[in-house]
Order: sequence, then structure tokens, then C-alpha cells
Amino acid sequence: MSVRPFSRANLAATVTTGYLPLALSVLVVFLPLLWMVLSSFKQPGEIVTVDLKVLPESLNLENYRVAMTTVPFGQFFFNSTVVTVVGSSIKVVLAILTAYALVFVRFPFKKAIFVLILVALMVPPQVAILPNYILIAGLGGKNTLWGIILPGLGTAFGTFLLRQHFLTLPVSILEAAEIDGAGHWRRLWRVVVPVSLPSIATVALVTVVSEWNDYIWPLIITDKPESMTLPVGLTLLQNSEGNGAGWGIMMAGAVLVILPILVVFAMLQRYIVAGLTQGSVTG
Amino acid sequence: MFLALALPNLALIATFTYLPLINNIYYSTLDWTLGAASATVVGLDNYVAFFTGPDAGRVLGTTAVFTVATVGGSMILGLLVALALNTKVRGTTFARSAVFAPYVLSGVGVGLVWLFIFDPGYGVLAWLLRGIGQQSPQWINDPQLSLAMVILVYVWKNLGYCAVVFLAGLQSLPKDVMEAASLDGANDVRRFISMSLPLLSPTTFFLLITTMLSSLQAFDLIRIMTPLGNGTSTLIYEAYLQAFGAYNRAGYSASVSVILFAILLIITVVQLRFVEKKVHYS
Repeated sequence: MSVRPFSRANLAATVTTGYLPLALSVLVVFLPLLWMVLSSFKQPGEIVTVDLKVLPESLNLENYRVAMTTVPFGQFFFNSTVVTVVGSSIKVVLAILTAYALVFVRFPFKKAIFVLILVALMVPPQVAILPNYILIAGLGGKNTLWGIILPGLGTAFGTFLLRQHFLTLPVSILEAAEIDGAGHWRRLWRVVVPVSLPSIATVALVTVVSEWNDYIWPLIITDKPESMTLPVGLTLLQNSEGNGAGWGIMMAGAVLVILPILVVFAMLQRYIVAGLTQGSVTG
Repeated sequence: MFLALALPNLALIATFTYLPLINNIYYSTLDWTLGAASATVVGLDNYVAFFTGPDAGRVLGTTAVFTVATVGGSMILGLLVALALNTKVRGTTFARSAVFAPYVLSGVGVGLVWLFIFDPGYGVLAWLLRGIGQQSPQWINDPQLSLAMVILVYVWKNLGYCAVVFLAGLQSLPKDVMEAASLDGANDVRRFISMSLPLLSPTTFFLLITTMLSSLQAFDLIRIMTPLGNGTSTLIYEAYLQAFGAYNRAGYSASVSVILFAILLIITVVQLRFVEKKVHYS
């Protein structure tokens, strides 16, 4: 306590141990993203140069126009949106139904089934790409949106997270509904779902983020631009722009794939962070 | 009623998670070109070819370097960032969200941004190096540098996750114990090494396992930054390249996937054993 709160020494200490590391961490994250945005407005002449030009000469959208016309970006955006919305909606509903069944419905092999879901949580989709490719391609799902969506629909993560939440609900509210003569279906949608909205939002947001960013599966199951999602389409753009002049266009493409998630994250980060780091504190 | 509610999800999990595991093992016993109508059963030949050929050393070596470097890098830097966030200055809430953000962004988008930064001709890094009179190294063509580049970007993308988890751990440390230590005259560094670090061990262990599992599955960044796998063929990327790259060797690819799955399984089992014993001080 030898340092007075507002003394110069204390101020210096606060800046060096408090603000400086904090500012540094934030800058390391933001500078590359800022560079992406700035570069997306630059013309080839501003990029293919020995002198670094930090700011673009004008905020013109030429790169975005070129990106959209070189490859069917509008189509990619549409495909990504359909895959994300349809895929996430179904996954969230399936997770709610399964978690409700696991917690509130009597059934002989519930423990064993839950263990199988837990184990599935540990199996990464990456090791299943070849067999799933053969299965889906055999069903005629190559280059289709349902072929992209279907293999990822089963949800172990959402089921697990919602089950943990449903277990914490007070039994009394359900008993009251049971006495009123409400069946499982009514109890699920009228009682359990309304009181679990924050947990459901967490599952929904984490699912939306991972569907939008998903790369390996859409990359394998599509090879025609009409059915590609944004991340896969960006690969196409990368292939078509070999020289340095194409960087501005590629940065425009990167903005289009990164920005939607960044906006969603900025607005609802509380749920997303909670969902993605779950299990860390309680162990 | 139970089945009516749970069956669709369970059937999907069985079809697209469990069935592929079995099929992979079956495919791994085949000499089979992807797209070909017929295949020959060759038993364990694919595994023998992997372990006795040059691939084992190259792929397992790359996987080990990538995993150790990314896990170590993101955990150490994540802990430092967590310490920076664990102060009482204003703006920590914003900074916490900001450092977490890269973790949720598209690996493809992030990979392209960093590829531009590393571009030996027109990248920011090349410009900085020219400033101190250096030529930019060939980040993409040199196999050792391409691995280092991908590791760097992977750590950038994932350290926020470690930071946020470490921060939660730091904030749940018993306050009375920490205060007692500081009354005893232990300084910050001393307190951190002999108190915080051991008390954080459950968090550290949790992160070690989760980051190791996700590093072993890393695909997006590697694929977009090094499309040919020049120096960056980890197990998952090798499995992809063998089946869907130039070779169409489906059987061989399946055997690499099975090896990867075996490694993931061992890590998971180790985790479960440890969690039972509890890496706890309470």
C-alpha cells in the first residue's frame, strides 16, 4: 500500500500491467481482420506494389462486383443460407425431442442410449467422410443441398447440452402440468421449451455457426458451383485468381464469409461463448 | 413415446456416425480406387504399406509437430491472455469477446486473410521484412515453413478459446486462499507459480484434451493455406488427399482414418480414466 491510488507510479503500473497487454491482445485479433476489410476495397494497382498502401484510395465495391461475377457468389450465399437455416432448425428440434425423451419419458435402455450419444460426441465427422461420401453419392445426393445437410443432422452435442439443462428443471412444474392432464407433447412445448429458451438459444447459435463454417463435407460432396456453399466457393475463387492482383477480390470473398458470423457473434456472444466452452468449469 | 421422440435423431447418429466407423474398417481392408466398381480384399496390406513405407514417418511426424506446437502455443498464449483479462481495468469484457471471436470465424475465410499477409510478393509480412532489409521466405513452397505458417494461424484462431476457459478457471479460484497468500507477502509471480497454476490443473487438463482432439481434426486452415499438402500432411489431411486428392486411393485413405480414430479413442479413454481419478486439489 505504499503507492497512492492516483499517483503517477500507480497510473504507470495500471497502464503497463493492465491496459497494455489487453490492448495488445485485441490488436493481434483485429489487425488481420481490419487488413482484410481495407484490402477488399483496393484495386490491383494498390496491392501489386512495392510500397505498402495502408488505406484504399476509395471505398469502391469493384472487388465485390468482380467476386460476384467471376464465380456465382449469389448462389453460394443462397446455398449457405439454406443449409444453415434448414440444417440448424432440424438439429435443434431433434435435440429438444431427444433430450426431453431422455429426461422425462420412461424407457428401459435410457442409460445405454445416453452412453451411445456421449460416445458419438467424441467421434469427429472428419473420420467418417469417406463412408458418408459413398453412402450419400450412392443415394444420388452428390451436388444437392439435401446431400450437404443430411449426414450432419444427427446431433449429439445439442442433445447432451439440453439434457444437462432439462435435468436441472424443477420436477414440480411438470407434475402440475401432468395433473392438469397434459400429455408429453403438450408438456414439452408448453412447459419445458418456454422455460429453457436460453439453453435452446445456445444450442441454436453454436449450430448455426458450425453449419455456416462447415467445410470438409460440402467440399467433398459438391463439385459443381450451383450446389457449393460459401467456404467451398471461396476455394473456387482462389483457384481462378492465381496472381497477386486477385488478392483484393479474395479479401472481398473472405469478408462475405466472415462478416455474417462476426455480426451474429457481436450481438449474441454470451450464448455462443457459453455453448462452446461448456464442460470446462464443472468438469 | 420414447422412441417416437428420440428415434429420428438416434437413427441419424447410427447411420452417419456409427455405421461409417464400421465401414471405414471394412474399406481399409480393400485395394480400391474411388469410383471403381470393384475392389480387391487385401487384408492388412494398407496398414503394412503405411507403416513400412515413407508415409508413416512423414505423416505421423507432421501430425505430432502440428499437434504439440498448436496445443502448446494456444495454451501458453491463452493463459497469458487470460492473465491480462483477469484484471480490474475497464474494457476487459469487450477484450474477452474480441479475443474469442477468431475461434468462431470460418477457417476458410481466416486462412485466405493470413495467406495474403504471408504472401512473399505483396503481403504485409514481406513488406515488414523488406523494411529491415530481408527477403520474405517462401512460406508456401518451403515444406517446413508452410507447416510453421499453418501452426501460427491455427494458434491465432484458437488461443481465444483457451484464454476464455483459463479466465473462467482463474476467476473460480478460492479468493480467501489467494488473499492469505498475498498477506503472507507472496508477490504476484510467486503467487501465480505456487498457487494459481497448481489450482488451475483441472482447467489445464480439460484444455489439454480438448485442444489436442481439435488439433488432430484440424482441416480447414490446412486445406486452404496449403492445397497440395506440401509439408502439412497431418493424418486427417492425408486421409483426405489420398481419397479425394490426386490418387483416389479409397482403401488406403480409410486405413489412415482408422489410425486417426484409434489415436482419438486412446486420448478420450485416457481422459476418462483421469477424470475418474480427478485432477483436483479439493
